Amino acid sequence: MSATTTTSTSTSTSTVAPEPRAARTYDVDAIRRDFPILSTRVYGKPLVYLDNAASAQKPMAVIEAEQKVYESLYANIHRGVHYLSVHATDAYDAARETARAFLNAESAHEIIFVRGTTEAVNLVAQTYGRQNVGAGDEVLITALEHHSNIVPWQLLCEEKGARLAVAPIDDSGALELGAFEKMLSPKTRIVSVAHLSNALGTILPVRRIVELAHARGIPVFVDGAQAAPRMPVDVRALDVDFYAFSSHKIYGPTGVGVLYGKTALLEAMPPYQGGGDMIRSVTFEKTTFNDLPYKFEAGTPNIAGGIAFGAALDYVNGLGLTAIAQHEHDLLAYATAALSEIAGLTIVGTAREKAGVLSFVLEGVHPHDIGTVLDREGIAIRTGHHCAQPVMDRFGLPATARASFGLYNTRGEVDALVAGIHKVIGMFR
Amino acid sequence: MSDLRDLYQEVILDHSKRPRNFHAIADATRKAEGYNPLCGDRETVYLVLEGDRVRDVAFQGAGCAISTASASMMTESVKGKTRAEAEALFARFHELITGKNGEAKESGPELGKLEVFSGVREYPVRVKCATLPWHTLKAALDSEGAPAVVSTESEGPNAESGGA
Repeated sequence: MSATTTTSTSTSTSTVAPEPRAARTYDVDAIRRDFPILSTRVYGKPLVYLDNAASAQKPMAVIEAEQKVYESLYANIHRGVHYLSVHATDAYDAARETARAFLNAESAHEIIFVRGTTEAVNLVAQTYGRQNVGAGDEVLITALEHHSNIVPWQLLCEEKGARLAVAPIDDSGALELGAFEKMLSPKTRIVSVAHLSNALGTILPVRRIVELAHARGIPVFVDGAQAAPRMPVDVRALDVDFYAFSSHKIYGPTGVGVLYGKTALLEAMPPYQGGGDMIRSVTFEKTTFNDLPYKFEAGTPNIAGGIAFGAALDYVNGLGLTAIAQHEHDLLAYATAALSEIAGLTIVGTAREKAGVLSFVLEGVHPHDIGTVLDREGIAIRTGHHCAQPVMDRFGLPATARASFGLYNTRGEVDALVAGIHKVIGMFR
Repeated sequence: MSDLRDLYQEVILDHSKRPRNFHAIADATRKAEGYNPLCGDRETVYLVLEGDRVRDVAFQGAGCAISTASASMMTESVKGKTRAEAEALFARFHELITGKNGEAKESGPELGKLEVFSGVREYPVRVKCATLPWHTLKAALDSEGAPAVVSTESEGPNAESGGA
């Protein structure tokens, strides 16, 4: 798959070269040395960072790329004739090309830079959605969505008098595909689903979802925030209409993300925000909008962040998404087996197709207390509803504890988690 | 650095495992529901007010060890007190767990066994857990007939801890 083998053109801008060292064998010890923060000690104990689904840590290559922009490459883009502006523009455009190759999109103009996945969902809801969803129409999502793939559609539906339809999940956390298919109706104007659930770890059958929706002429938006760092993504193989993911979850800076859209859809959509860069000409009577992708990129973007995001994709490509997926799959299987041995522990989310995320509850102990005790052991996990309250309601839980893995986690860290959970049990039982 | 045992003292663990006054009151004259949307904790506080005095108080709900123990010990502490005494106790308790000394420290009531919550101040993200039952009690005291709902997130950013 091209997403894992692409040699990015952004290296030619001399921002950051991928690390060829680790490309052959997956050397997790060497990889960990690329992430300065992983040597942090927390309360005198080695940091065990298992909150990657919330945000991932950054390799030196990314930190240096952002610093280098400000040291030697910085100016505003797309508007200066001077040396720095030209080179900053080149580097920013190279990052866009890297993102294109990462998703195997057909053209770089299909890659819209946004603040993150959340903004991408809002952009599509407020442009494609407002143009195409009317009174009595339906938007179809699933019961495992993150709040960011619920609320923007709710806002749209309220404005238009449309209905938000929610396809159910079963007790394992897998999408009920039969029910989903039945809910695709002549009223459905768009389908919006996660690729990988942040609360349960379920991988959704996106290819099949797209086939079912396209058979009825319905476009599909995919929230790839959790999937993009964890599995190869090929938007053309999946045939998705929109795909979004965030830089900060894929080892890049915060405040940057990508919205992919098929050219024909993007061209037909009205602009999202008005401002500089998104116009071709402006008079007080009429404004002509710029070409893709700039039509959707009003104002000065996160220039250094975007360039460093390209460096993050280069870094991930250097390891290979297939290798990363294999590594995290191994960790998840190892952790699932180890946690299943603990009496009174229940894993929430047991779908056959899972990745990266392990949610659990402990009989008689609130997740908040689990989180506090583990924290004092240096172990960072997330506790709470994970911005997916409907998922918690579905399982009748106020909250869960969640360990989520990244490309640098080890089996030793899973062992530390297990020891920490035993300490929790010793304290509260 | 504080030890976990400073937070989870034996008295707190005991109350979290065996909460006192943990039931509904059918003939409650006031009640309120407290909700912490960040962790999903929900607690309902039931009150029987006799004039200005708390004749009976109880709670129900699901929460973490800190919020459950806080609710349990709160019910024991405010039973028999006047409304003004209960509110003064909350002010003093709030100062204890946030480490912010205000007027209540000088003039307020003795906290007694509520002092075991002093360790919470080393855990700023847990302050809301300890205060949820007290906010709910206050909402119940303030409610006139209709049941009230209070949220830890309803007072604007950093209303409680400044660190959560």
